[in-house]
Amino acid sequence: MKTQTEIAAPLPQPTSDNAPFYEAARRGELRLQRCAQCRRFRHYPRPVCPHCLSREFSWEPTSGRGTVYTWTIVRGPTLPAFEAKLPYNVVDVLLDEGVHFVSEVLACPPEEIRAGMPVRAVFVAVSDDVTLVKFVRAEGAGSVSSSAP
Amino acid sequence: MSEPSIRDRAAIAGIGQTRFARGLGRSEFDMGVEAILAACDDAGISPREIDAAVRYDMEQIDEEQLLAALGNPLLRFFAGTPFGGGGSAAVLVVAAAAITAGLAKTVLVYRSRARGKQSGYGEGVHQGGRYWEKLPARLAGLNQWHVPQGLVSAFQEMAMISMRHRIEYGTTDDQYADVAIAFREHARRNPSAVMQAPMTRESHHASRMISDPLRLFDCNIETDGAVALIVTSTERARNLRQPPAIIRAGAMAAGSHHIRLSNLFACEFEQESPQRVASQLFAMAECAPADIAAAFFYDFFTSLVIIALEQYGFCRRGEGGPFVANGGLSWPHGRLVCNTNGGQLSEAFIHGFNNTVEAVRQIRGTSTSQVENCELVFVAGGNTDPTGAVILRKD
Repeated sequence: MKTQTEIAAPLPQPTSDNAPFYEAARRGELRLQRCAQCRRFRHYPRPVCPHCLSREFSWEPTSGRGTVYTWTIVRGPTLPAFEAKLPYNVVDVLLDEGVHFVSEVLACPPEEIRAGMPVRAVFVAVSDDVTLVKFVRAEGAGSVSSSAP
Repeated sequence: MSEPSIRDRAAIAGIGQTRFARGLGRSEFDMGVEAILAACDDAGISPREIDAAVRYDMEQIDEEQLLAALGNPLLRFFAGTPFGGGGSAAVLVVAAAAITAGLAKTVLVYRSRARGKQSGYGEGVHQGGRYWEKLPARLAGLNQWHVPQGLVSAFQEMAMISMRHRIEYGTTDDQYADVAIAFREHARRNPSAVMQAPMTRESHHASRMISDPLRLFDCNIETDGAVALIVTSTERARNLRQPPAIIRAGAMAAGSHHIRLSNLFACEFEQESPQRVASQLFAMAECAPADIAAAFFYDFFTSLVIIALEQYGFCRRGEGGPFVANGGLSWPHGRLVCNTNGGQLSEAFIHGFNNTVEAVRQIRGTSTSQVENCELVFVAGGNTDPTGAVILRKD
């Protein structure tokens, strides 16, 4: 699986609001914000719970499991950095914790992507400081290392 | 005393536009000035009478440039709407609010766009060409949650939203084609439209898939051009050159935004931006979707027109696909005649504003696909953003 090309893809710039997410990903963990009051998870990171408005939260590990909620196959045009892997999928994963996460299912040909497909998180280091959270099929997959280098 | 409202207080008195084309080789400033002067001429006013301006916040012709171009008129009210095409009708809501509040008498509303592939004129993301090809190496904004994953542009985000609608309701390629063909036929009756070649179901399906389930012919075209409108009080508009297109009602609402796809799907259907707009809009107008004679949806993609029909209550949830089938949106006998200029799919992509000037033509009775007895016209901004919509009426 080609994860880096000669042309650099844009990378996240961690901020004070989301740095713990990226630090966890580097360790091979999918951690998300969880409200200390109503105990609901949320993503993308934000400084307050949209359900109960509590500002108390912690970064808690998740199961890393979910199902494909929706998807597309990008066939181009796209950024030069992604052209080498065209066509590729992008998925919206509904995590078991009830939040959505935009990612990619690795080692899954375009014609095999299905809504409702069970997936689990894997971690792909794309630079010294950034590890992206990707997914693989939860059943019958396993060709991709599930831990960060 | 009734509550203050923008209902019926303001009207579109002038419209102007440049030629639309894939590439005009002109600056946005130059095209914008042409459209603005044309709108003033259409209304029968001097550009120096303009005392307010409402634009997109991403518009590159700013207030200082307007002053320099128009002989330094007294601009005493100005505002910008966020979220690009989400604001294409919201700009009229803001203009009507300024008129109603007495903060301005003559509001200029405008958009100029050099976005043909060869029309980039600066390094800024909003200075021509494809915005997504000008991204920095590091993303600190919310696009950090999808661009590094390979979801780099709006059409790919819309593909994800469209796919979900297919998963839930079984929307089909044929229904997408129904939208594209209806609007292409409208474009072929409109000499200003860029796309004049006929489209068939077969040619639609044969166009290349760019991001499943969206094919090339499901996407808006990219063009250069500019559009301007003059908004003034209804009373004053009655004394100007053209029959007024009165803003019967207008509303704005934030409920969802596609850039954070995860957040869009996190909200309930009823809480999405368009549904929140619709409930306010039809209440202010004291009418129902069934009363609308012609509608203008923000047709960036065929699939999003189908979804907007459901969101605004023109049909029930999940029934947008069957609604558009068999010429459902076609002039003159469709269930709801839509985008009679050819829309952004086939006339031009002036960020929604070209649909608004066509809505005004329907009220005036001057469209090339004129709806008979056209009393009420609906115009909406992009439905995957914080957005707005207006209902225009004949005097």
